[in-house]
Amino acid sequence: MHPAFSVIFLTTLIGTGQGLFLALCTAQVYATIGLLPAQPKIFYVAGSAIALALLVAGLIASFFHLGHPERAWRSAARWRTSWLSREVIVLPALMGAVAAYGLVHHYGWDLSLIGIDTAIEGDLALVIGAAGALLAFLLFLCTGMIYACIKFLQEWATWLTVVNYTLFGLASGFLLATAYAAYWDAPALMYFYGAWAMATTLTVLVTRVASLIRNRRLKHRSSIQTAIGVRHARIVQKSQGFMGGSFNTREFFHGATRRLYRSIKWIFLVLVFPVPLALLFAGMVQSNALLIGAAFVVQYLGLLAERWFFFAQANHPQNLYYQTIS
Amino acid sequence: MSQLALVIDLNVCVGCHACVTSCKEWNTSGAAGYMSDDRPYGEDPTGTFFNRVQTFEVGEFPNTETVHFPKSCLHCEDPPCVPVCPTGASYKRPEDGIVLVDYDKCIGCKYCSWACPYGVREIDEHQKVMKKCTLCVDRIYDTTLPEAERKPACVLACPTSARLFGDVHDPDSQVSIAISENGGYALMPEWGTKPANHYLPRRKTRIKIHPDELVRADNPLKKEGVQPKPDFREPSLDDVTSW
Amino acid sequence: MTQSSSGRIETRNTTCYMCACRCGIRVTLKDGEIRYIEGNPDHPINKGVICAKGASGIMKQHSPARLTKPLRRKPGSERGANEFEAISWDEAFALLEERLAKIRATDPKKFALFTGRDQMQALTGLFAKQFGTPNYAAHGGFCSVNMAAGMIYTIGGSFWEFGGPDLDRAKLFVMIGTAEDHHSNPLKIAISKFKRNGGKFISVNPVRTGYSAIADEWVPIKPGTDGALFLALIHVLIKQGLYDRDFLVNYTNSAQLVNMDRNSSEYGMFVRAEVPVEEGCFDPQNKLWWDRHAGKAVVTHTAGVDPFLRGEFTLPDGTPVKPAFQLLVERVKDYTPEWASAITGIPVETITRLANEMGVTARDQKIELPIAWTDIWGKDHEVVTGNPVAFHAMRGLAAHSNGFHTIRALSILMSVLGTIDRPGGFRHKAPFPRPIPPCAKTPKGPEGVRPGKPLDGMALGWPADPDDLFVEPDGTPVRIDKAFSWEYPLSVHGLMHNVITNAWRGDPYPIDTLLIFMANMAWNSTMNTVEVRKMLNDKDENGEFKIPFVVVCDAFQSEMVSYADLVLPDTTYLERHDVMSMLDRPISEFDGPVDSVRIPVVPPKGECKPFQEVLIELGSRLKLPAFVDTRGQRKFKNYPDFIINYEIEPGAGIGFLAGWRGKGGEKFMKGEPNPNQWEMYAKNNCVYHHELPKSFQYMRNWNKGYLEWAQRHRLTRYAEPILIHIYSDVLQQFRLAAQGKTQGKQPPQHLRKRIETYFDPLPFYYEPLEGQLTDKRKYPLNAVTQRPMAMYHSWDSQNAWLRQIHTHNYLFVNPKTAATQGIADGDWVWVESPWGKVRGMCRYSEATEPGTVWTWNAIGKQPGAWNLEPRANEARKGFLLNHLISEELPRQPEGEHLSNSDPVTGQAGWYDVRVRLYKADAAEDKLSWPRFEELKPVPGAPPRKQNWLAYVAGKIMGS
Ligand SMILES: Nc1nc2c(c(=O)[nH]1)N[C@H]1C(S)=C(S)[C@@H](COP(=O)(O)OP(=O)(O)OC[C@H]3O[C@@H](n4cnc5c(=O)[nH]c(N)nc54)[C@H](O)[C@@H]3O)O[C@H]1N2
Ligand SMILES: Nc1nc2c(c(=O)[nH]1)N[C@H]1C(S)=C(S)[C@@H](COP(=O)(O)OP(=O)(O)OC[C@H]3O[C@@H](n4cnc5c(=O)[nH]c(N)nc54)[C@H](O)[C@@H]3O)O[C@H]1N2
Ligand code: SF4
Ligand code: SF4
Ligand code: SF4
Ligand code: SF4
Ligand code: SF4
Ligand SMILES: [Mo]
Repeated sequence: MHPAFSVIFLTTLIGTGQGLFLALCTAQVYATIGLLPAQPKIFYVAGSAIALALLVAGLIASFFHLGHPERAWRSAARWRTSWLSREVIVLPALMGAVAAYGLVHHYGWDLSLIGIDTAIEGDLALVIGAAGALLAFLLFLCTGMIYACIKFLQEWATWLTVVNYTLFGLASGFLLATAYAAYWDAPALMYFYGAWAMATTLTVLVTRVASLIRNRRLKHRSSIQTAIGVRHARIVQKSQGFMGGSFNTREFFHGATRRLYRSIKWIFLVLVFPVPLALLFAGMVQSNALLIGAAFVVQYLGLLAERWFFFAQANHPQNLYYQTIS
Repeated sequence: MSQLALVIDLNVCVGCHACVTSCKEWNTSGAAGYMSDDRPYGEDPTGTFFNRVQTFEVGEFPNTETVHFPKSCLHCEDPPCVPVCPTGASYKRPEDGIVLVDYDKCIGCKYCSWACPYGVREIDEHQKVMKKCTLCVDRIYDTTLPEAERKPACVLACPTSARLFGDVHDPDSQVSIAISENGGYALMPEWGTKPANHYLPRRKTRIKIHPDELVRADNPLKKEGVQPKPDFREPSLDDVTSW
Repeated sequence: MTQSSSGRIETRNTTCYMCACRCGIRVTLKDGEIRYIEGNPDHPINKGVICAKGASGIMKQHSPARLTKPLRRKPGSERGANEFEAISWDEAFALLEERLAKIRATDPKKFALFTGRDQMQALTGLFAKQFGTPNYAAHGGFCSVNMAAGMIYTIGGSFWEFGGPDLDRAKLFVMIGTAEDHHSNPLKIAISKFKRNGGKFISVNPVRTGYSAIADEWVPIKPGTDGALFLALIHVLIKQGLYDRDFLVNYTNSAQLVNMDRNSSEYGMFVRAEVPVEEGCFDPQNKLWWDRHAGKAVVTHTAGVDPFLRGEFTLPDGTPVKPAFQLLVERVKDYTPEWASAITGIPVETITRLANEMGVTARDQKIELPIAWTDIWGKDHEVVTGNPVAFHAMRGLAAHSNGFHTIRALSILMSVLGTIDRPGGFRHKAPFPRPIPPCAKTPKGPEGVRPGKPLDGMALGWPADPDDLFVEPDGTPVRIDKAFSWEYPLSVHGLMHNVITNAWRGDPYPIDTLLIFMANMAWNSTMNTVEVRKMLNDKDENGEFKIPFVVVCDAFQSEMVSYADLVLPDTTYLERHDVMSMLDRPISEFDGPVDSVRIPVVPPKGECKPFQEVLIELGSRLKLPAFVDTRGQRKFKNYPDFIINYEIEPGAGIGFLAGWRGKGGEKFMKGEPNPNQWEMYAKNNCVYHHELPKSFQYMRNWNKGYLEWAQRHRLTRYAEPILIHIYSDVLQQFRLAAQGKTQGKQPPQHLRKRIETYFDPLPFYYEPLEGQLTDKRKYPLNAVTQRPMAMYHSWDSQNAWLRQIHTHNYLFVNPKTAATQGIADGDWVWVESPWGKVRGMCRYSEATEPGTVWTWNAIGKQPGAWNLEPRANEARKGFLLNHLISEELPRQPEGEHLSNSDPVTGQAGWYDVRVRLYKADAAEDKLSWPRFEELKPVPGAPPRKQNWLAYVAGKIMGS
């Protein structure tokens, strides 16, 4: 498939946003039950703002993918059947939740507003956080499924796609959160986030490599024989019916050279995993926000490459019909 | 429920592209139009077409078959392109099974094209909506056209009548009979899309001649006082035995 | 939006002209703009279907390559630079009138008119004759004259536009060397019907594409060797006794006795009996048979006589004689399948099997139609019978310098199988069959060309013997293209491909004005393109152009246009009246004569003017007899008026259109002018179809009813049998002349051997001339072109839709052949012939005979031509093979400047060229070669959409 930058940014930005938001909620939960020191509300307010910003940026990126953005609202219509439609519903919902979460922290509202009195500090925020967390995971599911549900894009059609989307989001989100915590120099939180960041990064390393291996072994079910319905070992296309290209040659081929294609795989494997982990580790021992920030930036760039490769590697059966011109 | 479709007879298709341009010609000014072309007079011209004719070579010289292969939307009975569409712009008509795109609803997200294994959807780069074969829905029901012409443009154009049009659910229709009698098949059955369009394979006619048919009692050579006889150089017993 | 839902909708019928097939089209207009062009269901040719080109007519109508104003070359600018200034038609006509009047008054032959893929030879020919110049021809000479001559000199009819295979009833169909044919849609319709009816379809072709793709059997053959195949097939058929003896005896000259007396001046001629001979344009029926029973010579077709086809006999006067068939038997004796296999590359078993399949199908699957008819000798027949083996062939045979004899061999094969004008075989189309040869003749010498007078004879004719040649007393040519000279005696369509070279060299003489109509002679229709383009712009020592004045009438900005001194912008087929005339090449069907017309559906663009109107205007200004009345006043208001009122002779009642003649339109073919003729055509799908009675539809060479009908309706002057020339005494006469055995005209010394060799009364196989003269170890491959079904020659690169299908071309090569040169699929390669080299891209193809490379014809373009952007693929990656093909053969004893053509007919030997192939250096530009300078748009060129374009019923969007 042709990697569209709109989609690459959409998925990576909202993934990080989702992860960051989940990090904030976790922090609050742990704080509430005293496993972690409490943070000033500004920590949550600013954090939610950043998460929201990432989600909005992602949304904006996605508009560049549409022929008719002004009609984007229509795409909520088919949520019963279309994961894309579902994503389109969940994403704004999550944004709402994140915004609310920030506001609630800002104004220090709690459930007493609606006459419920819990002794718990920031209970309303916890409720919204919980709802938001649910939406965030739902969104991971939707985004993942948009790709995983197309059965003949065999490189994508696996639960690993959803898992990777989720873990990449968590990893980048928590990594950002680590830098964020370091910035507010909240060492405990920094170590906590850092630990999670490492954990998720290492697990996604496993699952992503697993998907790479899977795709390497993949047997494509469609062949030139099934494509034109002729049973013969040697079939070669001579003409695809036009010579100057078409939507079918632009949308479904990555168009990169073999070398670029291969190097991008290694680039993302290096940028997403070892380098950020090293930087993160260094940053944590010296509790240096900058280093950790760098770790995040590097990993994010790595994720862009990973997403490019994710698309490029997907081999659409329609390509069987678009091999040769003459 | 009827299911309209095209049946394409590869046994007679000569790859002339009449169906390609007549499709463009009808549809660019029709309900499915327009169909834009980029760099029409420049480098690598490219444009929107609903139907393309491709060429494949099967086998090796001298046992080569050249196969001309027209392809447009197959109007799948279980079209994967429809459920994925977030807006409902892509839909399959219950009454005749035609799969269509409602341009007013389409946001041009291209997702449906990803969900079509056959590569027959094309986004119009200027109208920015997804387009594809409509089975000439704006012809086949147009009562202002004579009955005989309420057929897709490509079907009427095809000089070899390699393109049959009809209801594949009606067992007595010309298309159903063509499919059952000539081994009609669907493309990429492995995905269970149940394409309504079918293809008819190459069928070969051969002539068998028995040696004794070559010489006959009324052989004209006799009138010339000549007998059809084997070339004396051909091997005979004399070459191998001496009793 | 359905057709009816918005806008004023109207439909008009006319005739397509996106190619020469002439299908009926129905044009739907929305508010006067073209909405849709579809096939006319009521038209006999295409029965409603249309092709890729026809369905793209809209994009031709709105092409940015349209010429819209008369143009004059900027003073001082070079020809080819494409620098023009727009002028008015008045200026253009004044210019032409003055120049042509001078020429006509002094030496009419200094005006040469040559036309390409047009369909108005009736009018252009008339104009030339009236002007008085012999230097006129259409594209036939470089197209397929071998097909016309080879078959018409044998069976009185031909493939191409004159006849074809009856696939309705055939059981076996053999197609040879055909990619697309003129009869594009009808042939497609027929082939698919034929296959659906269970017939077996065999294609003989070095390449398997298009029609061949759906053949039941593909027989790959080495280019130029089909003659060998046919002769071997005849060999087997005769050896097995699988020939139609009855047919050969009664309807061919097989049984006629040939004089075998070597010392006689009549050697090799038919022996003639002393019977009263009435004046005719062809050989009277006074030949002899040898009666099998009485054992003596009798006049042919004597009732009750059954002659020998074989044997040797002696006439009472001692003359040794043999039946013509015996000579054929002797001729093919050594043409065994083994022999042919080595030449053609076709396995021996295949050749034998093919012969058997043909022979047995013809013999055992006889068709019998309950149609009573009477033969020309008065014998009644209860039924029409036929042998269901049909053939079709085109330029794969014609475009070789051995094509004439190859096609003679094919015609004889078809005759031996008894398939001529019989159901399931070959069928004629009116006005065919013609006498062998047809009656039309050129003047016999220079005296036919007279200042201020029409030409005394036709510019093109059918020589029946050496005395008919159009030569000076010393035997040198009278025509600029040397047609009808000893170099190419039977060049019945002229040699357009040599006109520019000859005129440039002043050989046989310089001319003044060259008018090219509808031919891209600076590009795809010229051999040796690079040099010819130089000649067009070449000047003598006084700085005067060697070809003083070049006029081009074209509708589009072609490569040729850039070489014109004066450009006349023509209309398109949707903008003008046209006739597909019985006097030219009508669209007749097997069942009877059909002619048709074009009627404008949209107004002319800009100042475009139909060439027909131009000719009539000029004819009137020059006071050419046919165009003015006795007082020298202009006779015809315009072309439509001319069509209605012109008669070949005053009061003759024969004009361009055969339909609805006579005051009330009640007459056919012959009848006084009908003022409402156009309306009648308009009302009837633009077609007049005269269906013959069933009993006149078959066996027309010998069908009394038909021949007399044809005579009554003046399709022919003589109602005489047209016996098939298995043995051609016409050719033998030229051979005798070459041997110095005749009284009349004789060839100049240096050509005697050539004439003696190639004017063999029986077909023989020889390697194409260029092959004979080329080192085949150095140039091991044959290079040919094919017609792409979705492109018409050079016309369609301007077409925004069609050019997406063929944007540039590849050289198709068998992978094994490519591998020997280390060439990979898609590599840039050089193709080199002894005459030039071309660089393009290679595409592997398993459907290509390993000794052959080929490409689609005429896709490559000059940068900027056709108002395409200079970066267009056609100009950067597209290439022409024409640069590899020479218009002349290397110097040899027979002559210094012999045309690269068939020595009998002058047919251009396009497909003879031998080439070698090698990989282009990685460092070379990835551009086709040769490169040409870029052409700028001409004044009046319509704006060109650069970025995008979308068409909606007349509205053109884009930027
Ligand atoms: N679409 C389209 N239709 C056209 C035209 C066009 O340009 N485009 N041009 C029109 C014109 S002007 C003409 S003359 C006709 C020509 O009609 P065709 O004769 O069908 O056209 P060509 O492309 O010359 O086809 C020559 C065929 O002969 C094969 N061939 C070459 N050499 C040999 C040989 O030695 N032996 C055999 N057996 N085969 C050989 C080639 O592979 C090719 O398939 O087409 C007319 N129709
Ligand atoms: N290598 C190679 N060369 C070949 C051949 C081949 O097979 N191989 N085929 C040969 C054959 S068979 C032929 S017939 C020739 C054909 O070659 P040409 O006779 O030159 O025919 P085209 O190139 O089709 O068109 C010539 C001109 O007609 C113009 N034209 C189109 N429509 C109109 C109109 O309505 N009015 C006027 N006035 N002009 C119009 C076009 O713009 C073009 O410039 O090519 C020959 N050249
Ligand atoms: S029009 Fe008919 S014959 Fe021509 S390519 Fe299309 S299907 Fe094949
Ligand atoms: S062919 Fe493709 S576009 Fe057409 S219905 Fe099937 S899946 Fe959808
Ligand atoms: S491109 Fe249009 S039709 Fe296709 S999925 Fe998106 S909205 Fe639906
Ligand atoms: S049915 Fe209509 S829309 Fe579909 S390919 Fe044919 S002409 Fe085009
Ligand atoms: S074959 Fe095509 S281009 Fe030629 S006349 Fe017929 S429709 Fe027109
Ligand atoms: Mo031609």
